[in-house]
Amino acid sequence: MTPAIAPAALAPRQDRRAQWLLIGLAVALTLFIVVVPLVYIFWRALSEGFAVFAQNIMAPDTLHAIWLTSVVAVITLPVNLAIGIAAAWLIARFTFPGRKALLTLIELPFSISPIIAGVCYLLLYGRQGLLGPVLAAGDVKILFALPGIILVTLFVTSPFVAREVLPLMQAQGSEQEQAALTLGASGWQIFRRVTLPNIRWALLYGAVLATARAVGEFGAVSVVSGAIRGQTNTLPLQIELLFNDLNIVGAFAAASTLTLIALVVLVLKTVLEGRTR
Amino acid sequence: MKTRLTTALALALGLASPVAAQDAILNVSYDVARELFAELNPVFAEKWQAETGRTVTIDQSHGGSSKQARAILEGLPADVVTFNQVTDIDVLAEGGLVDENWREAFPNQASPYYSLPAFLVREGNPKGIDDWDDLAQDGVQVIFPNPKTSGNARYTYLAAYAYALDKNNGDQAAAQEFVKKIFANVPVFDQGGRAATATFAERGIGDVLITFEAETGGIARQYADAKLERVTPSLSVLAEFPVAVVTENAESKGTAEVSKAYLDFLYSPDAQRILARNFNRVHDEAITAEFAANFPAVKLVTVEDVFGGWDKVQQEHFAEGGILDSVFVNQ
Repeated sequence: MTPAIAPAALAPRQDRRAQWLLIGLAVALTLFIVVVPLVYIFWRALSEGFAVFAQNIMAPDTLHAIWLTSVVAVITLPVNLAIGIAAAWLIARFTFPGRKALLTLIELPFSISPIIAGVCYLLLYGRQGLLGPVLAAGDVKILFALPGIILVTLFVTSPFVAREVLPLMQAQGSEQEQAALTLGASGWQIFRRVTLPNIRWALLYGAVLATARAVGEFGAVSVVSGAIRGQTNTLPLQIELLFNDLNIVGAFAAASTLTLIALVVLVLKTVLEGRTR
Repeated sequence: MKTRLTTALALALGLASPVAAQDAILNVSYDVARELFAELNPVFAEKWQAETGRTVTIDQSHGGSSKQARAILEGLPADVVTFNQVTDIDVLAEGGLVDENWREAFPNQASPYYSLPAFLVREGNPKGIDDWDDLAQDGVQVIFPNPKTSGNARYTYLAAYAYALDKNNGDQAAAQEFVKKIFANVPVFDQGGRAATATFAERGIGDVLITFEAETGGIARQYADAKLERVTPSLSVLAEFPVAVVTENAESKGTAEVSKAYLDFLYSPDAQRILARNFNRVHDEAITAEFAANFPAVKLVTVEDVFGGWDKVQQEHFAEGGILDSVFVNQ
């Protein structure tokens, strides 16, 4: 560290140069780490004209990858919502032995690398795995097909909803629900009229985060998908494939689609963040 | 209702089982072969229909071939494999999925095409790089990926080693010294072949890129502006691209016949022409003559002849503390 950033510089009589240096450094870092790569994706995607870009997006395999990724997101979302609400409700409203353990378990996928999740599923459901012979006997296909992709995506995205909803539920307490109960509301009525409206923004925020992750997941899906193009290749896998094929424009076109989805999610997230606070 | 929904979903995803008079096979392949098979598959489908009256869909899966082999062992329903490493099919044979004698099932040790480590240099070849000797000179920067993680780079290592052995009448110490010099000229070891290509072609680092000859054509085409030039050394190591029917899967799916026909097709003149046009060397002499410009003369040696086979190479060279570690000092 240079002396300029030493405690003396932070004293009331501030050194303007140090201030600008730090701001400049932050701006430069943001520029080169975030902004430039993002702009570059779109610039490269469109570098050979919009027609070539559109042609690459409309390539059957890329189109299918976009479709498959959407299907995965649409299927995992309601499951995530249900599990997230149930888990948050259980932990916020009840005390029971193993409550702390459950909390840790819910957050576990955050701390485990996705590749480990993928390998675990491979070793469990694979042909040589623990459940492999049973699945083969019943002709149930999990790995290298849609169910496997959905399972690992669920594993990776499962903590998001509970993580967002739980703190809010804990902060709000159960007074309103108890009041509803004394007024004779049924369990479903309490949930629909009291609990859900209270947590709706946190719920949406969690849903957005989970979806963003579901759409972008690469590592875990890469292990269990089998990468059959036009069948089990999700958008992130398709990008890698095109890049490996030296089809740079195709790869960047697919990447810009994924980035667009991410940007939309980011805007949604920022809007929702304002609502939850 | 539930079943109908699942069926609809399966149909929508194209996962539905094929209808009668239609065959479907899954070709599990290495990672950079997508465009090659995209070109080959329609030709086979046409031929198959003309011969049998049946339509055939060939699905493709591409990835690192060791990872692909692992996936097949765990149930990826491959009918045929087209790999770039012999050892990865051996793994399947050990797992009982591929016939033990798979190398005898098709001509040329079940390798319909082959390639070799070759060079790609900058426009006008300013450093005058023509052979392995030139890579060991001071002031030459050489780019190839890390042999610890890349099969491509292992071939590069073996080719340089074989060249030095040939030149020094089999003197192992001299060969190791030579390879060490080349390794000292590598400024950055990337993870894989594609990353090394980016280092050389996009970031403009290095005077020469070493990769499979089959790749050099595609790279030169992709980075046409850079006007990269292909150079074939005087001696190199034969790199096989082995194929096999995954017997167990093909028999249970009833696709054994079409799978075999598909691999046989790779040896036909039509397929060999497509392969040669994409800078893969083929055994068909007429086709080789047709694309003579793509394939300068080279003395090819095999891993079996020079190094005593892949098992031995693995033990002596690539295992922890092997010869590779002793020449690979500045990794």
